[in-house]
Order: sequence, then structure tokens, then C-alpha cells
Amino acid sequence: MVANPFTSLLEQSEPATASGYADHPPRMGFFTDTSVCIGCKACEVACKEWNHVPEDGLVFTGMSYDNTVGLGADTWRHVAFIEQRKPLGQQVTGHGDAGIRWLMASDVCKHCTHAACLDVCPTGALFRTEFATVVVQEDVCNGCGYCIPACPYGVIDQRQGDGRAWKCTLCYDRLGVGAEPACAKACPTDSIQFGVLEELRERADNRLSQLHGAGVADARLYGRDPDDGVGGDGAFFLLLDEPEVYGLPPDPVVTTRDLPEMWRRVAVAAALVAGAVALGFARSVT
Amino acid sequence: MGTSFGRGGATTFQQDLQNADCILIEGSNMAECHPVGFQWVMEAKARGATLIHVDPRYTRTSAVADMHVPIRAGSDIAFLGGIVNYVIGHDAYFHDYVVAFTNAPTIVSGDFVDTEDLDGVFSGLDAEQRSYDPSSWQYEGATVQASSGQREQEPDTRVAEQQGSPGSHSGEHQPSVSGSGRGTTHGSGGAPVPSSVERDETLQHPRCVFQIVKRHFSRYTPEMVEEICGIPQDLFLEVCRTVAENSGRERTTALAYAVGWTQHTVGAQYIRTAAILQLLLGNIGRPGGGILALRGHASIQGSTDIPTLYNLLPGYIPMPHAHRDEDLDMFIEGASTAKGYWGGMRSYLVSLLKAWWGPHATEANDYCFDYLPRLTGSHGTYETVMAQMDGGCKGYFVVGENPAVGSANAKMQRLGMANLDWLVVRDFSLIESATWWKDGPEIETGELATEDIGTEVFFFPAAAHTEKNGSFTNTQRMLQWHHAAVEPGGDARSDLWFYYHLGRRIRQKLAGSTDEMDRPLLELQWDYPTEGSVTEPSADAVLAEINGWDAEGRPLTSYEQLDEDGSTACGCWIYCGVYATGVNQASRRKPGREQSWVAPEWGWAWPANRRIIYNRASADRDGKPWSERKAYVWWDEDEAKWVGHDVPDFDPAKSPWHRPPAGATGAQALAGDDAFVMQGDGKAWLYVPAGLTDGPLPAHYEAQDSPFPNLLYPHQQRNPVRQVFSRRHNRYHPNPSQPGSDVFPYVLTTYRLTEHHTAGGMSRWLAYLSELQPEMFCEVSPELAAERGLEHNGWATVITARGAIEARVLVTDRMRPLTVQGRVLHQIGLPYHWGPNGYARGDAANELAGLSLDPNCHIQEVKAMTGDIRPGRRPRGAARVELVEEYIRRAGITADTGMEARGGR
Amino acid sequence: MSETELAKGGQEYPRPGREALVGAHTGRREPGPERRGEQPMVPEAEFRSYYGKPIINKPVWQSPDIPGYLFLGGLAGASSVMAAGAQLTGRRGLARVAKVGAAASAGLSGVALVHDLGRPGRFLNMLRTFKPTSPMSVGSWILASFGPAAMAAAASDLTGIAPGLGAVATAGAAVLGPPLATYTAALIANTAVPAWHDAHREMPFVFASSAVTSAAGLALLAAPASECGPARLLGSVGGAAELATGRLMEHRMGMAAEAFSEGKAASLHKGAQVSLAAGVLASLAARRSRIAGRVAGILLLAGSALTRFAIFEAGMASARDPRYTVVPQRRRLQERAGNGGPNRTG
Ligand SMILES: Nc1nc2c(c(=O)[nH]1)N[C@H]1C(S)=C(S)[C@@H](COP(=O)(O)OP(=O)(O)OC[C@H]3O[C@@H](n4cnc5c(=O)[nH]c(N)nc54)[C@H](O)[C@@H]3O)O[C@H]1N2
Ligand SMILES: Nc1nc2c(c(=O)[nH]1)N[C@H]1C(S)=C(S)[C@@H](COP(=O)(O)OP(=O)(O)OC[C@H]3O[C@@H](n4cnc5c(=O)[nH]c(N)nc54)[C@H](O)[C@@H]3O)O[C@H]1N2
Ligand code: SF4
Ligand code: SF4
Ligand code: SF4
Ligand code: SF4
Ligand code: SF4
Ligand SMILES: [Mo]
Repeated sequence: MVANPFTSLLEQSEPATASGYADHPPRMGFFTDTSVCIGCKACEVACKEWNHVPEDGLVFTGMSYDNTVGLGADTWRHVAFIEQRKPLGQQVTGHGDAGIRWLMASDVCKHCTHAACLDVCPTGALFRTEFATVVVQEDVCNGCGYCIPACPYGVIDQRQGDGRAWKCTLCYDRLGVGAEPACAKACPTDSIQFGVLEELRERADNRLSQLHGAGVADARLYGRDPDDGVGGDGAFFLLLDEPEVYGLPPDPVVTTRDLPEMWRRVAVAAALVAGAVALGFARSVT
Repeated sequence: MGTSFGRGGATTFQQDLQNADCILIEGSNMAECHPVGFQWVMEAKARGATLIHVDPRYTRTSAVADMHVPIRAGSDIAFLGGIVNYVIGHDAYFHDYVVAFTNAPTIVSGDFVDTEDLDGVFSGLDAEQRSYDPSSWQYEGATVQASSGQREQEPDTRVAEQQGSPGSHSGEHQPSVSGSGRGTTHGSGGAPVPSSVERDETLQHPRCVFQIVKRHFSRYTPEMVEEICGIPQDLFLEVCRTVAENSGRERTTALAYAVGWTQHTVGAQYIRTAAILQLLLGNIGRPGGGILALRGHASIQGSTDIPTLYNLLPGYIPMPHAHRDEDLDMFIEGASTAKGYWGGMRSYLVSLLKAWWGPHATEANDYCFDYLPRLTGSHGTYETVMAQMDGGCKGYFVVGENPAVGSANAKMQRLGMANLDWLVVRDFSLIESATWWKDGPEIETGELATEDIGTEVFFFPAAAHTEKNGSFTNTQRMLQWHHAAVEPGGDARSDLWFYYHLGRRIRQKLAGSTDEMDRPLLELQWDYPTEGSVTEPSADAVLAEINGWDAEGRPLTSYEQLDEDGSTACGCWIYCGVYATGVNQASRRKPGREQSWVAPEWGWAWPANRRIIYNRASADRDGKPWSERKAYVWWDEDEAKWVGHDVPDFDPAKSPWHRPPAGATGAQALAGDDAFVMQGDGKAWLYVPAGLTDGPLPAHYEAQDSPFPNLLYPHQQRNPVRQVFSRRHNRYHPNPSQPGSDVFPYVLTTYRLTEHHTAGGMSRWLAYLSELQPEMFCEVSPELAAERGLEHNGWATVITARGAIEARVLVTDRMRPLTVQGRVLHQIGLPYHWGPNGYARGDAANELAGLSLDPNCHIQEVKAMTGDIRPGRRPRGAARVELVEEYIRRAGITADTGMEARGGR
Repeated sequence: MSETELAKGGQEYPRPGREALVGAHTGRREPGPERRGEQPMVPEAEFRSYYGKPIINKPVWQSPDIPGYLFLGGLAGASSVMAAGAQLTGRRGLARVAKVGAAASAGLSGVALVHDLGRPGRFLNMLRTFKPTSPMSVGSWILASFGPAAMAAAASDLTGIAPGLGAVATAGAAVLGPPLATYTAALIANTAVPAWHDAHREMPFVFASSAVTSAAGLALLAAPASECGPARLLGSVGGAAELATGRLMEHRMGMAAEAFSEGKAASLHKGAQVSLAAGVLASLAARRSRIAGRVAGILLLAGSALTRFAIFEAGMASARDPRYTVVPQRRRLQERAGNGGPNRTG
């Protein structure tokens, strides 16, 4: 399973292959079509139930109907609620000229093609599965916390009182037995679609043109593009506004993309340290 | 819906929504309250259907709708009446359907006087008695049959779920006098309607139903709708156009509602208006059409079918009344109909009695008819609460409900319980109804002291549905079986266990008694096999009994097999067939992809596993589908029978051209085009000549507490026969034109959130749900927040004459101020899930609600109230009571406020 | 117009799945001309976020553990080089201070690192694998080799036991020292934290100078003044370089630099600059004044430490405020779009 560590940074390859799986199932992922989300949060609850994720606080936030705030160690699915004074496509409302719309979107770990969390994990606790998803091994993680700031999406986090890092496993245990992830299973409107990533991308493209054709000009795909800063997301989205409105970074880049350069500079700097000190002594000798 | 169509259940099933061209959701927040069923709305939308949501708030349903229409809570009759007026005025009604299947052509008695001519009330009002004498509402030439069974079958109250139908399976139940709760004596069960009535199929006769309806709604103009509902005319007209254009021969519109319509003092008439609209548009009995009454609790349909209601026996057979139904014959005479399937009443009842008393029930003793309890009045939950407070009711079982939070006027609920000898609560957790005596709000305010309360409270832990076998009857009349996954832990037991063993022990105690009074108990068939380590009675055996068997003990397959000679036994005639061939049909789970889209082999739906009822109406008079794209059930000439995607709701062999022989009764009396087979005239009723307590047609009345005068009927503010109770803790707000009315300037409405369930017993104790909505909050518009200095995320106190609660403030654009009668109206949204116990806590919205009930269904009006709001938390202790008193004083409220039957404004 | 066809044969059309056209207004009437569709009334504000909530999760690393670790690693690394230099040039006192300093700070930094782990007991899992994509993995291996070497060197020096081995250890630590001093720049820059990542080009040099500064500071503080010639030189050069590279870093990191001028980071940053400037001056003066040397030592140590704390805090602040993530990324997108490049959110 040990492969060239930088392959995933350098190449546009199938991540499972890059991780050394000779024979593996197709890459699985999510297409979350937020335009049909009804904000029921069944996905949030199903995820917690299935994965025994602990409850993490009763706080009334006033953020519309979102009292979960964001993804973290104890929230692997998070439904965002956004109220806006503008119309949703051609929707007719009695809400004056400005109109009104209420966007809802269920967020999750992106299972990045180039996953920073996985790249930086010093223990190997994070690993790439045969489905090309990214999973933490809870018996290995030592809670170094590195993956947390590495993730450009703010997904993975450390669990209070436990110390380890937790995030969506894309229901690795369910995939293993041919079952669909719990969140997708629970979603009544199929806003969360689970499947072979290639097929999902195709479906998403069709869906996008369908919506555009219907005059919903705001629709856009997010994380679908394999050329983006993380090599495309294993879990990607159809959004109705800019990503940051949903709490997503507009142009995420896997931090390790710049790591080779950083290493070069670290090396030069290290040489400078050695050189400077040497020179210091040399000068003082003369 | 019972009165309009014949049965009090949803006419269609949720999967059929996918066939709709337009879906109007009004009075329901379907995406939030029925998220799983909502997938079929989304599927319809995927096929291009238009979704319209009419709701005071922009909700999660509105968010995905094509149109959201903000409406003033409590004004839907004006809105729907406006659409009816549009449809008639623009000749947009489906003429052939209306003539064929509704009572539009029927001529009404000359004695009938409409609200239009009687200052806002119908003929027959006895203001003193707060009731109508409906005799003048009859069809021309129909004689009113006197003194027969009291079909007082309004399902009781909120527990009965309030789907607005007067709940009767037949459409013909008896009007009742709301005050006494006792039915008047007009022919029930459609008896007043002779099987052939005078009809004018040109619809021109000035007294034909069509013309009456047309005149009645002619003042419900777009201007009126705008003034009353706060809906701009262009938006309203767009709804009218959309609905009309998506109905007719080629297209169908479905309508879904729930308790946003039923929880009003004119709730049943909201649904009536919807029924009129859907009938005029030809949308009943057809695919993609219908009215979907979205029901609440998992088996609330089941608990009206085999009722927990005081006034019904299983299968909507009315409960006999004391002193009146001397014997079985008299009862049957009064309760059955001359025409239609209620004609089989004797078979249904005798079979029921045989199921209960077995061999003891013989022809000689009227099949133990005398063993049935008798009604002495109205015993709905709210009357029971009054009886508790007055000392007449001594003991109370609270099983599967949490009245201290979920029932209107929560304080009265608790005060009632505090006046009992004993109280039994069976629940999963220590809900507020079980602990009010030690930590309820009245203990905090000092109105009650634990040591002074004499009630002995017994708490029994209940087993959950995962711990027991049984069935749920869902919103579309479908029974689905659930199997126990585990045995209940600890002392928890199923309700079946509780009642079975309670009965067993009582019978043991009475064994050997020779007292006549004990015979009904001792002779009861009470011998279900038990199983498992907790001696759980077999739910399967109970279902088999409900299904029934013949003299040889063979399971029956259809209620048509039931006999009146005592040879068959059946626990609930409409469920007959659920155990056909000895197989539990409710437990069938054939995957959808392995059967047709109607999925007849998933579970079992009453009646006779039909999914769309009245489906004979999906074909024209000649039995041909109205259109090729809406074929559902049709007459097959070659096979000489009705065929189609569903079980025909019609005698399968009766040709479309069949005419009944003279003198035929019951089902035999139905003609080949009498699609509404339960109705006394075989037709759907646009106009209801009998069966409703508050009028044959819907009229817009303002809510009990309303900030606006009734524009349509300036001399009649409210439903004249609504049920009101003037009590110390149940005061009403001043009429809009009275001084003091401005003390409560805002409209309050209560509702649910996806994240919680009803009174919270099943959600507030669960961490995963509690964290999603952790606290009681109120929803207000930015404009109202500014007007009252409310701070987003801060606290507010909401006050009515009944109580004061605090809530966190959620300022949101989704609450839109409306312009009503020339002024800006703010509405305040209040989810009603919280109470002081559990993991997520908060004040209960029902502390604010008063008791004012719909006279048909006795449902509390909690969807449209008035109140005041101010920033900050509410006072603690006695000061909380003082605050309410101060408002009462300031508003000048007395025991008479809001109590009038006639007039008032 | 709905696609529903319920022919007598049943539903004879493919199930559309859940492709509901939300927002399409599928009514049969065409939307009136007054509908502007998606055009917002007011131009969007430049910056939008989800209720001001951060986009990335902020590091769970604690202060003083982690900034302390950054500082101590630098101190240890540069000191070990200095120890070798001192050894080679026969400055025994300086060598001892540097060796002991290197060993002690390596030890302390190890403690800080383990202390910061969520599961300290699993520290050894760091050595389960070697991953060049993880600076922490690389660093763990460096620290794991450097630590024993530095300790051995110091122990031998202090006890006089096994001087040969001591020399080898000193040499080893001197080789591992510079990477130990600078890899921490990659450690924190290799994250999505704007104030760290966006500084990834200059950070190694800031850390390198800072390491030298601190090692020189320690020497000035604790070593015999007579042997402190190189330390004085390195102190002033290092300090000046730290100031200069720091400036450059801020200048080039773009918007995230603002994180250095707000809140806690700002005070630390100011403190670092003042200490460093004063330390540089003091070390220049130290040639003539012993006291100045000691003062310079303290100032340089403090300046170096404060630099790391400032960087740490600026990173935390930039993680907390979504502006730092959104605005630069959005600008990047706009530039790319302007250049006709692919729109990555598209
Ligand atoms: N998640 C969840 N689901 C549930 C339940 C639950 O508690 N939680 N409860 C179940 C039960 S018991 C029931 S009965 C059903 C109820 O289901 P619904 O009736 O859909 O639920 P509500 O939220 O009570 O009310 C529906 C809507 O009516 C609106 N409304 C209020 N007043 C008026 C009015 O005058 N006119 C109109 N047109 N609309 C009005 C409210 O704003 C609200 O959005 O839900 C069932 N499903
Ligand atoms: N203001 C306002 N008030 C309302 C409404 C509103 O919209 N607004 N809606 C009304 C409506 S529609 C309804 S249905 C009512 C609901 O009000 P209630 O019926 O009073 O409230 P629930 O919380 O549903 O109570 C059901 C209880 O049954 C328990 N339970 C569940 N399963 C079982 C079981 O198998 N056995 C036993 N013994 N117990 C069980 C649960 O734990 C729960 O405590 O509220 C009504 N009140
Ligand atoms: S989204 Fe974050 S946590 Fe998920 S795989 Fe990508 S980098 Fe890792
Ligand atoms: S916290 Fe755990 S999963 Fe994350 S990088 Fe460290 S060891 Fe790996
Ligand atoms: S895939 Fe599984 S672990 Fe991931 S969010 Fe969904 S339910 Fe949770
Ligand atoms: S389950 Fe589906 S519809 Fe519900 S909130 Fe999650 S994504 Fe949205
Ligand atoms: S709670 Fe039960 S009944 Fe309600 S939507 Fe969910 S699955 Fe259906
Ligand atoms: Mo309900």
C-alpha cells in the first residue's frame, strides 16, 4: 500500500490506484444537489445514529434553523440554512420586490482527490480506502491535530475529551457490505446522491444544464472539477449561490500542493542556518 | 371530507401526488411535517408539476415551491372561496364531471336561506342554544326523518387528529348541538336523502346546488381576498389561474392540508371549501388529484378507524345514545342509509358484537347490543377537562399523549388533573403530564402546592413500537405491520399488554359475580394467546379478530361477506380483508420496483385495499377514462367489469349504465354513475344538506380571537355555533371593534418543526433531536422586531389572556407583515414542542391558547389567535400570573367577552 | 406542463428520479417580464460568509505548547550547530552552553509536543511511518534522531564520559540541527491557515533567522563573554535578518498579513520587533559591555520567541475570520476568470 508519497500531489490519477490498490472498486462519492434539499436534517441525525457520534451541545444560535453551526468532530453532516432577500429562480412569492429564498445545503467531508488531511497525518491514521474515500483509523490517531488546520474545508476536528480527530468515513463500514451511507439512505428528496463518482459527475452535469435551462441561473457545481485545487471532490455539490455563502471556501487548494516548494525553501533555509553559523565562527576566528 | 364524499379519510395516497400537474399545499407544512411523503411532491415537480404553498410563514415547504402565498392565519375560507368564485365565474369548472358526480344539479328546499340573505348566518339558527336546526337545509322534497340514531360521530378533538373531516365514514352523520354535546334527532346516515332526488342537469334552476353555491361565493372577490387575507390580487389571481389551468379533463390538481386548516373554530368548513373546489375542478377520485388529509401521529388514522373516540364504535359505527336506542332494530334503522354501503349497517354491527361477545351474542339477546355503553352527552377531551375541574371526573388514563404541553390551555389541563382521585400515565419518559404535581408551572407560581394535591399518580413505562408487534394505519388509510425487534426492557410493557392484563385481572376479580352489571365484562371474548417472557398478547390474533371469520372460523376476505344473522364475526368492518386467507396483509412488503406504481402489495389499505377512493369518478359517465393521460379505473366492455390500476371503488360488475330497480336499498340502490358509493344519493356533496353542525356551505368567519372585523359578514363576526367556554382560566380577547382589542394586536399561530415531535415526549428527551432545536423560540419579522424592540437571539415574552411565556427571538424575513384591511398586520410564529421537562426545554405555546372549538370536530383553535409580545424574559413566580391579570384588566376582559353567538365585531 | 401520462398500461415513462426543478416556476404561464430571475437587487457585497463563521477549523494546537515548540526547536537546532562551531574553534564554555541548551530545548520541545497530543500515550505512533508529505512526520523523525544526539553530546560534555562518542553526537546534532530549526516553518505553513500558508515562501527564512537569533541569544546570556564573538555577530545578523525576512513575509503574504496587526498577534508582533531591534543594538554594543551582552541575550531570545508566538496567534486569528480565507480565494478566482482561465467553482 505504500506508494510514492507525492503521487497524489503530482498526478491526476485515480486516488485508490495512486494509493497502491491494484484492484479496487470504482471511486464512490456523493453528489449533494442542494436545490432539492428540504432541510429536514435527517442526514445529520442518521449519521450520528449510525456512527455513534456524540451530541455536541444545545445552543440556540439564531442562525436561521441551523443550531449545529458547522462540520466538526461531532458533526459529520451539517445542514446550512441561508435566508436571503432575493428570488429563487422564477419562484413567485408574496414577499415584495426583493423576493425571498431559503437555501439549504447538507455539507460533508469532501473526500478530496488530493486530501490534505491524509497527506499531513504523521501516524498514518488517515488512509485512503479502496473506494478512494478518506478515513481516520480511530485506533491509530494520536490526536496530533495536524489534519485539522490542513483541511481547506474545515471538516475534520478534534473531539473534546477524546483527543482524537473525527470526520465522515463515508460510512466505510456500510460500503464494505454493499450498503449506501446512512445519510444518503435517510435523505427523503435524494438531495444526497451516493454512487460511482464518474456517474455522479455526469448526472450533475445534466442536472446543471437542466436547471440552467429552467432559468435557475444561479445553479453551479462545486467540487466537481477534477482540475480544481484539490483535484476534485469525492463529495461535490450543486449550489445556488457562491460557496462562501454556504461556509465553503471559494477556491480551496490542497496545502501540500505547495509542499515541495516549501521543502526546497526549508532546505535552503537550513543550509543558511548552517552556513551563517559557520560563517559566524569563521569570521570570529579571523 | 366525510360529509362531502362519504368517507373521512384522505381520498388519495401520497405516491399518487407524482401524477399531479399542480399541487396546492395549504394549511400544512408538508416538507417539515411529512418529509418522507414529500418526496412524491418533489417527484411531481420533477415531472413538471407546479407547487403552490399557501402559509402565513415562508417554510421549508415554501422554499422549494414554485409559488409561496403568505396568508393571514385564519382566513383560508375567504381565500378558497375566492378561488371557487373565480372557477365558477370564469367557467373553469369541469362541467361534465360536476353534473355526473356531484349534487350540483340537486334542488334544495325552498326553506333554506343562505348567509347572504340572513346577515351572515344560515336558516335554522337557535342563537340561544348555539345550534342550528338543519331541517331547512334539506333537498327539495326530502323528508326529515325524526328521532333515530344520534350520529354524533365527530371525532373527538385533537387526539382524533382533526383532519377536519367530521370523521364520519359515512357522510351523513348527525348534526349535534355543541353545547350539550347531544345530537339532534334528524335522520342520520343519509336517511333524509331519498334515493332519488330532484335534479336539474342544466344547472339553471335557481335553487339547484350549483346556483346556490355560485351565489354564495359571489362576494368572495379578489378585492375581498386581498382585504381579508392580505394577499395581493395579482398573486391571488395567479393561484386561481394556475389551479384552474391544471384541472379539468386532461389535467389534475392535488390538494394537501393538515392541521393548519383543522385547528380553527371553522376548521371543518375549511376542508369543506377545499372539497367544493376540488369537486368543481373534477379532481376527486382521479389520479394526481384528490385531497390529501395529512395525518399526524403514526397511527392517528387507525385511532379514528378503531377509535379511541368516545362517540364511535370501530368502523365509524356511531355509539348508541342513552335512553334513545332502545334496541338493535331501532338503532340500525336510525344509523343505516337507504342507499349506499351504509345500508349494510346491521351486518357490520352484528358482526362486531359477535367478535366481542362471541357465543353469548345471540339473536335472542340482540347480539348483546345492550352491553354497549351509552352516551349521555359530549365526552370529548376538553369537556372531560371541565368535568375534572368541576369534580365530575375522578380518574384519568393518559396514554400516548402529553396534555400538559400538547393540549390547548395547558394550565386547565393541569388544574383538571390536580382535581382527580387517580391518574395513570403510560409513557416512555417522565413527561410533563406525569410530573406537573411536583414541578409544573403552577407549583412555581404558587397556584398549586404539591401537598394540597389529592391526585394519586401512577406512572407506567411504555414499550415503544420497536418493542412490540402491531400495525400503524397511516395518513393514506394504509395499515403497515411492525415487528418487535426486541422485548421491552425493565418494567416497560406494550399498551396491548397493559389493557389485556388489566382486563384479565378485572375479570378475575369479578369472577363468579352474578351482578347483571358485570356480565358484559365477564362474557367478553378475552382470551388472546400470549407469547414471550413478558406474556405479551398476540397482536396477530387481535388483527385476525378485527378481520373477522365466518361460522367455520375461516378468515373473511371482504366486508361484503358480513352477515346480519350472527354467522360472521368482525372487529372492524372496514378492516375486513386485512387478514384475508389467514395472511397478515398489513405485513406485506413487496418492494416497489417489483410491482406497479400503485404498489397494492405493500401493506393493506382500507377499504378493500383501495388506494384512491371514489375512483369510479376517474372515468366518465360511460366508464371511459376522462382522458388518456389520466386513466385509472375504467369499464372494460369485453370483460364487462371495472378494471384499472387500483381496486375499483365500485361494484366491479355494475355497468356504467346500470339503473337500480325501484325499491332497491343499500348498495343495490346505487346507479352506474353513483361514484360516491357511501353517500345517501351516490353523489359528492358541494352542498351538505345534513351532517354538519355549522352550515351546509362554508362561510368565512373570523377566529375567536381576531384583530379584524368580518368584512364578508359585517353583522356576524364568528362562527355562531363554535364551542366556547367562559372560565376563569379561559378568557377570550375583546372583539376587534371593542376598546381593549388593541392590547392584543398581533396574530399568533402555532406549528411544528421537523426537528421535534408534537408535545415533545418523543424528541425533547433525545439528544440528537434536541441539539437541532434546543430552545423554544418565536419567529418575528424584522419590522415587528423594530416596532417592539425585540432583539435577534434575545428573549421575548408573549402574552394572551390565558398565559405568558418566554421564547428566544428569531428575527426572519420569512415572517412577512401583511396589509390587511388597510393596515399592517404582524404575525408571530410559535412552535409548540417545548415544555419544562426533558433535555431541550422551554415554555409551552399552549399556555397561551384558549379553548374555543370547532363545533363539528371539537378541535381547539390554535392556528389563529391574538396576543402581545414584548422584549425580555417573562416574570417568575407569582408575578407571571400578575402579568396576565394585568393584561386582562387592561383589555377590559370579562366573563362575557367573546362569548356571543350572534353578531359581535 | 407536467410530463405525467397515466395511460391504461400504467405509467409509461421513465421515472424522473428526484430532479425537481426548484425555482423554475413551472406554471403554464410564462413568467411575467417583471421577473428578473436571479438578478440581485443590489450588487453583492465584496465579502460574504456563512454568519461570519470560520471556513476552516482553527488549529487545536495550544499555546504555549506549539509556539513554544516552534521556538524551542529553532533554539535547539541552531544551538547544536553553534555547539559544533564552538567545539571546532575551541570555545569550550560556549560549546557547553550550546550543547546543554540544545539538549534541554530539544527535550522540552518534545515534552511540549507530546503534551499537545490529544492522546499523548500514542506519541510513538508518530514513528509508525515516514511521510514526506507530512512535515510533522518528517519532523518527528528529525526530533527523534536529534534529541538523543543532542542529549548524548551534552551528557558527554558535562560528565566528560566518552568524549569520542560526544564528538560524534555533537556532529550529528549539528547536521540535524538546521533542518530541525527550519522544518517547523513547513509544519505550520503546510496548512490551510491563511496567515501561515500564505507565508510559506518566506516562513522558512524567518524561522531560520529566528533560530539563529535565539541560539545567539542563549549564548550571549549564558556563555562566557570572551567566547561570544560569533554569538554577538550572529545575534545582530540573525536579529536583523529576522526583522527583514519578517517584513518581507508580511509584504508578500497578501491580505493575511492583516492578521499580524490585530489583537493579540499585533502586540506580540510589536513586542517581537522591538525586542529584536533592541537585541540587535545590544549585541552590537555587547563587544564593549558584558551587561549589554547579557541584555542582548535576553532581548534576542525574547524577540525570537515573540516572533513565533506572534506568528502562531496571527494564524489562529486568520483561521477564525472567514475573510482571510474567502477574500484572497475569491480574488484568485476573479483573476483566473479575468485571464480566461477555468472558473473553479463552475
Ligand atoms: N417533524 C414533525 N412531523 C410531524 C409532527 C411533528 O410534531 N413533528 N406532528 C405530526 C402531527 S401530530 C400532525 S397533526 C401533522 C401536522 O402537520 P402540519 O399541519 O403540516 O403541521 P403544523 O406545523 O402544525 O401546521 C402547518 C402549517 O400551517 C400554517 N398555518 C397556521 N395557521 C394557518 C392558517 O390559518 N392558514 C393556513 N393556510 N396555514 C396556517 C403554519 O404556519 C404551519 O406552517 O404533522 C405530523 N408530522
Ligand atoms: N398549540 C398547538 N397545540 C397543538 C397542536 C398545534 O398545532 N398547536 N397540534 C395538536 C395535534 S395535531 C396533536 S396530534 C397533539 C399532540 O399532542 P399529544 O398527543 O399530547 O403529544 P405527544 O407528544 O405526541 O404525546 C404522545 C406521547 O406518547 C408517547 N408514546 C409514544 N409511543 C407510545 C406508545 O406506544 N405507548 C404509550 N403509552 N406512549 C407512547 C410519547 O412518548 C409522547 O409522550 O397536539 C395538539 N396540540
Ligand atoms: S475535506 Fe478535509 S477532511 Fe475531508 S478529505 Fe478533504 S481534506 Fe480531508
Ligand atoms: S490528529 Fe489523528 S488523524 Fe489527524 S493528523 Fe493527527 S494522527 Fe492523523
Ligand atoms: S457518509 Fe456516513 S459518516 Fe459520512 S456523513 Fe454520511 S452518514 Fe455520516
Ligand atoms: S436529509 Fe436530504 S433533504 Fe434532509 S436536510 Fe439532509 S440533504 Fe437536505
Ligand atoms: S417521522 Fe415517520 S411518519 Fe414522519 S416522516 Fe419520518 S418516517 Fe414518515
Ligand atoms: Mo396531530
